[in-house]
Amino acid sequence: MSGAVSGGPLLSVRDARVGFGTVRGLLRAVDGVSFDLQAGRTLGVVGESGSGKSVLVRSLIGLVGGGSGAVVGGQVLLEGQDLRGLSAAGLREVLGRDIGIVFQDPMTSLNPVMKIGRQIGEGLQLNRGLDGAAAARRAVELLAEVGIPEPERRAVQYPHELSGGMRQRVAIAIAIACEPKLLIADEPTTALDVTVQRQILDLLQREQRQRGMAMILITHDLGVAAGRADDIMVMYAGRAVEMATTREIFRGPRMPYTEALLRSLPRLSDVAHTRLSAIPGRPPDLARRGMGCAFAPRCTYRSDRCETEEPALTRDGARGFACFNPLAAGSRVVA
Amino acid sequence: MTDLLRITDLNVEYPVGGGRHVHAVSDVTLAVRHGETLGLVGESGSGKSSLARALLQLPPPQRGSVLFDGNELTQMRGEALRAVRPRLQMIFQDPIASLNPRRRVAEIVAEPLIVSGVRDPAERTRRVRAVMEAVGLDPDVVWARRPHEFSGGQCQRIAIARALVLEPKLIVCDEPVSALDVSIRAQILNLLEDMKARFGLTLLFIAHDLAVVKSVSDRVAVMYLGKLCEVADSASLFATPAHPYTAALMAAIPEPDPDVPLGDTKLKPGDPPSPLDPPSGCRFRTRCPHAVDRCAAEVPPLREIAAGREVACHFPLIG
Amino acid sequence: MSASAAEPTVGVRRRRHLSWALALPLGWVLLVAILAITADWLGLPDPAAQELIQRRKPPSTEYLLGTDNLGRDMLSRIIYGARTSLIVGICAPFLGFLIGGAIGISAGYFRGKIDLLAVGFIDVLLAFPALVLALTFTAYLGQSLFNVTLALGILSIPAAARVSRANTLAWANRDFVLAARTIGASNWRILTREILPNVLPAMFAFWLVAISVIIVAEGALSFLGLGIPAPQPSWGGMIADGREALDVAPHTALIPAAVMFLTVLSLNFLGDMVRNLVDPRRSAL
Repeated sequence: MSGAVSGGPLLSVRDARVGFGTVRGLLRAVDGVSFDLQAGRTLGVVGESGSGKSVLVRSLIGLVGGGSGAVVGGQVLLEGQDLRGLSAAGLREVLGRDIGIVFQDPMTSLNPVMKIGRQIGEGLQLNRGLDGAAAARRAVELLAEVGIPEPERRAVQYPHELSGGMRQRVAIAIAIACEPKLLIADEPTTALDVTVQRQILDLLQREQRQRGMAMILITHDLGVAAGRADDIMVMYAGRAVEMATTREIFRGPRMPYTEALLRSLPRLSDVAHTRLSAIPGRPPDLARRGMGCAFAPRCTYRSDRCETEEPALTRDGARGFACFNPLAAGSRVVA
Repeated sequence: MTDLLRITDLNVEYPVGGGRHVHAVSDVTLAVRHGETLGLVGESGSGKSSLARALLQLPPPQRGSVLFDGNELTQMRGEALRAVRPRLQMIFQDPIASLNPRRRVAEIVAEPLIVSGVRDPAERTRRVRAVMEAVGLDPDVVWARRPHEFSGGQCQRIAIARALVLEPKLIVCDEPVSALDVSIRAQILNLLEDMKARFGLTLLFIAHDLAVVKSVSDRVAVMYLGKLCEVADSASLFATPAHPYTAALMAAIPEPDPDVPLGDTKLKPGDPPSPLDPPSGCRFRTRCPHAVDRCAAEVPPLREIAAGREVACHFPLIG
Repeated sequence: MSASAAEPTVGVRRRRHLSWALALPLGWVLLVAILAITADWLGLPDPAAQELIQRRKPPSTEYLLGTDNLGRDMLSRIIYGARTSLIVGICAPFLGFLIGGAIGISAGYFRGKIDLLAVGFIDVLLAFPALVLALTFTAYLGQSLFNVTLALGILSIPAAARVSRANTLAWANRDFVLAARTIGASNWRILTREILPNVLPAMFAFWLVAISVIIVAEGALSFLGLGIPAPQPSWGGMIADGREALDVAPHTALIPAAVMFLTVLSLNFLGDMVRNLVDPRRSAL
């Protein structure tokens, strides 16, 4: 992606693949995705449901595979160490120490029968070797840091006693407790209201900057990605179709899908009853993929080649796009 | 324009166990005019969905009046209410859950006709085909299939066809696009606009996404914890919000543009209070940047501060 | 990862696996059912004919499954016993599902007072020790095929009511039920058109499982001497009779037990299978 820092990227993903065997054939949920993430940067992974964005990121940290019948391929290097080659125990150690994860629904990601303070302290005891009392003290500090009032009282409460926004704060406290180098936030605010979403995103961004963590922010909401990510990877039908800095994505997308998506959004700056430029059709069935570009049936720029050949991600410096008929560089979309 | 629907002092309560009740909608007075789209905005717990169900009498509200097309719905029961229902239809958030998985698409769309007594099968077939074509479904393709064979967007088209087949006057759209994929939303929003023009509909459009609401609404009402904060025409509301909550909502929206700086919501830190235990006085005061003692003591009534602009705040941001 | 190579194997193996798991139990149940129905035309010896000289004979060419304590032909008794067991097994839960289903569906759909009453009724019925209830019933009304079926049918009401109530609750809150109300559909129409088609498959699957439970329960009643009266054979009765000679002629108890075991197991398999297959989202399999 953007300018290589000495020592290379923190996370380097090469040709990641995830397939699920179904009765209708192999469903390629993630189909050869590669990207680099530098320390301290935020990568927004944007896509619709079924685009493979969540499966991709979950497969990086071993949450897909094993019992789920998934076939996982490719290379995932965290500071040069291949996570795919690690034993289950080795992976758990790396996950506990170097990677923090925040999921969409804190109600299911938190243990309902364990006190909040203990849930935060657990990782500290396990991965940082703190004793029970020290972990409990640190848990209270972390609660205060993520903006939970009366942290001492909250630490001995259970998740159901908190509101949705508070629970997501607790989930963030757990994720950052062990000072990870990489924070993965999978649709962290989708279940929350707009005003609460704002506070949670502010918190994530603040923590990420203060701690110099790298962050992968998975979202279907282009607005969320626009305000928070340094770089954006747009996914469609299991592939990365465009990669660029956030500004380039929003100001001059090269891939027609990105452009169409941006054009189709209703905007506050438009007057009421402005006709939206809808994208015709719908995302493809991943188990019945044709040979061409997955977006071709919906694309206004398609040519014959798009229907028979799948475009690879072409790199143009730091940015990349998978299209035979890309939009001209610097073409501006709306507003 | 005259009012097609007038809701007066509507109250909805429901038990939540332990003898406690949620006051989901509290003294709401609101009118929807003939031919307009009224956007109803609110976050979870604002009571917007409870309001929608109460005006459809599903179930009837505890108190208040719902005057629809000359009928006082809260006073009607049984057959009389059933006779009005075809004129008042609803579209739901989850299109897949709103269609019976065991019935075929043609049956689903024809069901309202059967229920309302259209006995001639040929007549039913004709009307079902016509409405399917209107919403962009090919009758020959979808006719004998079942809902699970379709994507969310297609299911929402089927649900819209079902709502339209009786030629209703008002359609309540409860978050009709929030469960759909981003690339599908514009299709459905455009379709709703087209159907509104073609069938002369009036829409009550409920959503939490302000940009979506703005794109379809003539007027907008904002709800917070069961009460109306502000009602205004769409252009003035978004240009100069009068209620601090409306202003905060607008500032909180992440604009899909990296060059638009993030707005300042000016909200006090903290989460929305539980609808089980709303604050005294103005319900927004615990998060309002301008709250003073009076806001805790006195419930601000919804009052007109300019032509067509109503706000429930002691210290509105304009006027 | 060789994605394309994995593709065909995954599909094929799954399909074959599915068909065997379906064919074996279905085949067994059909075999038992067909034999039970056609028993009179198979030229079997009279299942009640005693020949004391030939008692407790192990299986041989003359007596394919041997003879019992009274020298009756085991094969004939197994097949005629299947008739009894299947009649009780099918009819009793059917009765239970008719009554329990109506109670459960109304309770789940209307909620409120009807629900409270129904749940109370179910709880009372459940609190009654099942076997004692059945014993009292047959002891008072007399032991007959009809009375045993009736007693076991009543016993299956609570389970049927619970299953149908839980399923109805899950469906009644769906938006399509609300949509049906907005078009003015009556409760009867909603119950029969929207709810019932969704609840029936689950109840059918449960009914298959209930058949096996009832077959076992009839066996237990027979074991206590309160099942189908002699000389009419039933599997439970045969096991009860065979128990006396378990040391000298174990086949008299083990053969009917094995037949019952296979039938019950097959029905359970089919019940699970049906539940999966009737799900419209998975019927594509």
